[in-house]
Amino acid sequence: MSIIVYAESWEGKFRKSTYEAVSYAKNMSEILQQEVKSITVGDISEEELKKLGIYGSSSVESYPNISKSDGKSVAEIIKEHAQNSKFIVFSNTFNAKSIAPRVSAKLKAGIITNIISNLENNNEPVFKRQSFSSKAIEAVKLNTNQGVLSIAPNSFELSEKQLDCKISVNQKTTESDLNIIGKDINKGKISLSEAEVIVSAGRGLKGPENWNMIEELADILGAATACSKPVSDIGWRPHSEHVGQTGKAVAPNLYIAIGISGAIQHLAGVNSSKVMVAINTDPEAPFFKAADYGVVGDAFEVVPKLIEEIKSLRNN
Amino acid sequence: MNILVCISSVPDTTSKINFTDNNTKFDSNGVQFVINPYDEFGLTKAVFLKEENQASITVLTVGDPSVEPILRKALAIGADKAIRINYSPTDSYSTAYQIANHINSSEYDLIIAGKESSDYNNGAVPGMIADMLEIPFINACNGLTLEGNNLKLTREIDGGIENIQTKTPIIIGGQKGLVEESELKIPNMRGIMTARTKPLEVIESSDHTSLTESISFEKPAAKGSCKMIDENNINELVQELHNVAKVI
Ligand SMILES: Cc1cc2nc3c(=O)[nH]c(=O)nc-3n(C[C@H](O)[C@H](O)[C@H](O)COP(=O)(O)OP(=O)(O)OC[C@H]3O[C@@H](n4cnc5c(N)ncnc54)[C@H](O)[C@@H]3O)c2cc1C
Repeated sequence: MSIIVYAESWEGKFRKSTYEAVSYAKNMSEILQQEVKSITVGDISEEELKKLGIYGSSSVESYPNISKSDGKSVAEIIKEHAQNSKFIVFSNTFNAKSIAPRVSAKLKAGIITNIISNLENNNEPVFKRQSFSSKAIEAVKLNTNQGVLSIAPNSFELSEKQLDCKISVNQKTTESDLNIIGKDINKGKISLSEAEVIVSAGRGLKGPENWNMIEELADILGAATACSKPVSDIGWRPHSEHVGQTGKAVAPNLYIAIGISGAIQHLAGVNSSKVMVAINTDPEAPFFKAADYGVVGDAFEVVPKLIEEIKSLRNN
Repeated sequence: MNILVCISSVPDTTSKINFTDNNTKFDSNGVQFVINPYDEFGLTKAVFLKEENQASITVLTVGDPSVEPILRKALAIGADKAIRINYSPTDSYSTAYQIANHINSSEYDLIIAGKESSDYNNGAVPGMIADMLEIPFINACNGLTLEGNNLKLTREIDGGIENIQTKTPIIIGGQKGLVEESELKIPNMRGIMTARTKPLEVIESSDHTSLTESISFEKPAAKGSCKMIDENNINELVQELHNVAKVI
């Protein structure tokens, strides 16, 4: 018996969210005294597969001929390996959202998503999750012996275990029910769900031509860029950057809000951030009630200063 | 073409969220309920498809009688028929089960749900339905065009967009991009009048197995007060973020 992790890869590499899922599973496996087995699809080098051991995976089943876009087949493979597993762990990415519900339905195992707590009581597993667009934390109990768990990215520490991960390669092929005819990848961009720092700007920036300083600030911080809803609605920025209750929910370590008023719908999607900074000309802006640090000032003056100060910090 | 749009009734986005019965139940007192924002994009898309292709649109929700106003609103926006499955959802599985059961006994080509509902945010119902019915599932779908029974779709993936071709029947978890915000349909007077004469059917539910159970709620810990920093002393902000918060 083992705990299963879906080890998602991107172009042959794992990301931090995958290691978070492995670490999370390893933490549970120590309570249950079981091992962690990862399942991964797509072409991944042996060296990369071995890295799953760093965070506590004892073995990995690799399926190089299966594409992660084929959610149906991936779910079937996970089901085959998970027949006797108490938990199947995902990180809550777009890809996981296409697979995990299918696994739950196949196994008739309860699914809990957006998890932010560790397993505490093994006899009656209860998990805390983000609910009501992060306006509430909900405790959910499993009514089934098995559970499909999807953890919120950037919410759990990685812990190194340095195990030697045993690799099995499976040459299985399947037929997808979806024909993928192309992909447009935002090259070089950090994905919002995984970003540790997010620089976000709103209507206070006045126009799309003023985003250069936002991108420069994001660049020196290694941050992802985001925006408020009206900014994406008017087309100043792509929809994929829209955060909030009806956009993406994010939980970075640092969220810098520039020229964003802090409407309830905006805050709903960002208030799980560990530290928030608001920069706004209006001292009454609601964002200052939610932020940890506030600067009342004009973004066109404050942001260039901030860039300079961070550069000089980096140079020292 | 028969389109089914699954909608859920959720608290208006401006609602303050509170709980009752010792924090075990959502407190709907004073809360205004609306069509789940993600479902609104799908519903408007369905109306566009109908205008172009002579489709018929059924809207469905699983809920007690209190959810009927959102069904009437969907009829006013342009759906032809509404169905309420009489059951107060307790988890994603039981909800998906009721919907799949209905789809099984009908003939739908395109099933449009939202990528998640903005109350419980589990995002599991459409994927579960796909599995129960063994049909393709496109989550976070932000584009759809129809040529005969061939569909071209786009979906959001982490860090990009994927272009997909498939055949009906399918189920999608929709979001913005299916239509733009500015295109969202709002009921007009004529729509509201004709909605009154359109059928709203109530179907009894069956088998209520829940795989999970919501046991309690809490509010996120209140933030401490905001430390204000002078705009002429941005160095202090950087020092705070670096040395105290340790986030840069
Ligand atoms: C159903 C629904 C769902 C919604 N979902 C979302 C959502 O998911 N995400 C979201 O973001 N919004 C959402 N909204 C919209 C939300 O209510 C607000 O309208 C929106 O967040 C405001 O965006 P903003 O802060 O960029 O713009 P504004 O409210 O216009 O605020 C601009 C801010 O910039 C400040 N400012 C102006 N000039 C400067 C300057 N030079 N320097 C610094 N500051 C300056 C102003 O003081 C102001 O506070 C939703 C609304 C509805 C009705």
